[in-house]
Amino acid sequence: MRTRTISFTVSLAVMGFAFAAPLHAEGERIVSVGGSTTEIVYALGAGDRLVGADTTSIYPAAADALPDVGYVRQLSAEGLLSLSPDLILAGGEAGPEVALSQTEAAGVRIVKLKEGYTPESVQAHIEAAGIALSRESEAETVNAAFREDIAQVLADVEKLENKPRVLFLLQAGRGGLLVAGDQTAAHAMIELAGGENATAGFTGYKPFSPEAATEAAPDILLVTDQTVEMLGGTEALLSDPALAATPAGESKRIVSMDALYLAGFGPRLAHAVRDLAAALHPEADIAPLPARPWTDME
Amino acid sequence: MTDIAAALPRMSRAARRPAILGGLAVLLAIAFVAALSTGAVPIPFTDVLRALAGMEMDSRTAAIIQSIRLPRALLAVIAGMALAGAGAAFQGLFRNALADPSLIGVSGGAALGAVFVIVLGSFLVGILPFLASPWLLPLAAFAGGLAATFAIQGLAQLQGHAATATLLLAGIAINALTGALTGLLVYVSNDTQLRDFTFWSMGSLASGGWRAVTAAALPILLALGIILSRARALDAMLLGEREALHLGVQVQRLKHVIMVAAALAVSSAVAFCGIIAFVGVVVPHVVRLLAGPDHRIVLPGSMLAGATLLLVADSFARVIVAPAELPIGLVTAAIGSPFFLWLLIRNRRAA
Repeated sequence: MRTRTISFTVSLAVMGFAFAAPLHAEGERIVSVGGSTTEIVYALGAGDRLVGADTTSIYPAAADALPDVGYVRQLSAEGLLSLSPDLILAGGEAGPEVALSQTEAAGVRIVKLKEGYTPESVQAHIEAAGIALSRESEAETVNAAFREDIAQVLADVEKLENKPRVLFLLQAGRGGLLVAGDQTAAHAMIELAGGENATAGFTGYKPFSPEAATEAAPDILLVTDQTVEMLGGTEALLSDPALAATPAGESKRIVSMDALYLAGFGPRLAHAVRDLAAALHPEADIAPLPARPWTDME
Repeated sequence: MTDIAAALPRMSRAARRPAILGGLAVLLAIAFVAALSTGAVPIPFTDVLRALAGMEMDSRTAAIIQSIRLPRALLAVIAGMALAGAGAAFQGLFRNALADPSLIGVSGGAALGAVFVIVLGSFLVGILPFLASPWLLPLAAFAGGLAATFAIQGLAQLQGHAATATLLLAGIAINALTGALTGLLVYVSNDTQLRDFTFWSMGSLASGGWRAVTAAALPILLALGIILSRARALDAMLLGEREALHLGVQVQRLKHVIMVAAALAVSSAVAFCGIIAFVGVVVPHVVRLLAGPDHRIVLPGSMLAGATLLLVADSFARVIVAPAELPIGLVTAAIGSPFFLWLLIRNRRAA
C-alpha cells in the first residue's frame, strides 16, 4: 500500500491560468500534478484518462490509487515518461524545472497552471484544464454550477454582521506554532467565509511565539484534520497554555477541516467556503449547497 | 570479490596496483553500462547502444538516453569520484579513519548556501532580478562550501602554522555556526521550502542535465588531478608529520593544497547533487581494506569505487519506487553500510 504524505501548502499551489495549445485527442494519457489539478480532471470527467498523479493528489479516492509520480516538487523526468503520457497537467509548484524541461524535450505536452487564491482563479483553472483536455463544454458546466454556488455562499456571508477573529494553525504541537499571514490560501478562505484573520499583517506562513498567539486574541482556532490527527485530538491543542488562554481556548471553539478541502482552491471551493462559514457562524443560517458530482465523489 | 581479495596477498606489491585498479575500472564500466540500461522506461539494450551511437531512432527513446540517462550517469561518475577521492585524501592527511571534508565545513557551508537560496531566494530575486537563474542554488552551495573551508583554514593559521588540533577545533566551531544559521533559516522557512531543503540534504542526481555535468566536471577533474599528484606525499604523512618533514614533504603546503583541492571537488559535487552521505567516509576504507594503505592505489581506487557506488545507487534510486524516485543519499547508505560491515567483520576475523 502506498502512503501519501499530505503537504498542506502544496495543495494550495494548484491554481492559475494556463497556456494551453489545444491538441484534441480523446484517447490522451494524462498525468496530473497537484491535488486540486487532479480534482479538476475528475470534475471534467477525464479521470479515466489519468495514468499517474503526484503524492498530493488524494481526492477522490481513485486518484490515490493511481501510479505515484512522487512529491510535487521532486518529479522524475524518466518516471513521468515511463507512463507514456501525452499531456502533463501541472500545478504551479510542480518541479524541479529540469525534470519538466527534459520531459517536454522528449515530446510530452505540458500545461502549467499558476497560483491564485480567488474564486476567479478556480474558474480560470477549470477553463484552462477544459481547453487542455478538450473538454470545454464540461468545463463550462462545472464553472456555471460553481458560479451559482459561490454566489449563493458569498451572498449569505455578506449578510453576516459579526466577523470572528480566526487564528489558522498550519502546524501546532512539538514544532511550535505556524500561522497564516496575507497571501495564503488560509487567509483567503477565512475572508471568504466571513471571518477576520487574527494574524494578518505579514506575508506567507510564519512561526509564532505562544505569547503572540495569545496577543492575537482569536475567537476561533482553525486547524486541519491532518494536524488534529497528528496531535491526537483537539484537546491536545488546548493543552498549550497560550492557546488555552485565548478567547477561542476559553470557549473551546476549534474548527477542523481536511487540508485539501480547506485550502485546495479546487472545484470544491464553494462548498468548502460554505462549510467553513457555517462553522465560523453557528448562530447564522447558511444554507447548504446542492451536492455536485465533483463534490460527492468516492 | 572474495576471490580477488584472497588472491591479493600472494601477489607482489607491484602487481597488485594494476590488478586492483584494473578490476575497479572494469566494475565501473559495468556499472556505467548498467546505469544507462536501467530506468523507469524499459529500453532494450540494443536501443541503448543505437542511441549512444547517434543512430536513427524513436525520438523519445533517444531523448531518454541522450539527455536524461547519459548526463546523469556522467554526473554520478564525477560526483562519486569527487566525494570518495576527497575523502581518501583527507583520511590520509589527518591520519584519521573518520576524517572527511565535512570536518573543514564543506558540507555545512554548502548546506547553509543552499538553504539560504531555498528560503530567501525569491525575496533576493525580488530585489535583484538579475539573480533569477537555475544556477543560483548550485553557486550558493559551492560558495558556501569554499567559504567555510577558507574560514577554518584562516582561523587555524592565525598561530602561524595550521596545527591539526587547531584546524579540527576551528572546524567544529565553524560547523556549529553554519549549523545554527542553517537551523535559523529552516525555522523561518515554510512547508514547501522545508521540504525542498530536506530533499536537497538527502541528495539527488536529478539535476544532471548536460549543463550541470559540464559545469561540475572542470573543477572536479582539476581538483582530483592535484590530489592524485600528492599520493607520495600523503604516504609520507602516514609516518607522522615530523617524519614527513624529514622526508622532504612541505607539510604545511601539502595540508593547504589538499584542503583546497578537496573543498573544491566536494563543493562542486554538493552544488549539483546535494548532500550524499557515506561515500566520502566509507569508500576509501573499503579500498584500503582491499588494497592496503598505499595512496597510489587508495586515491585512484577510491575515485573509481566512489563513481561505481553512486552509479549503482542512482540506478536503484531511479527504479525502486518508479515512476517516482528515491533520494540517492538513502540508497548509498543502504547499499554501502551492509557491505562495509561485512568487509569489516571478515577482516577482523582474518586478522
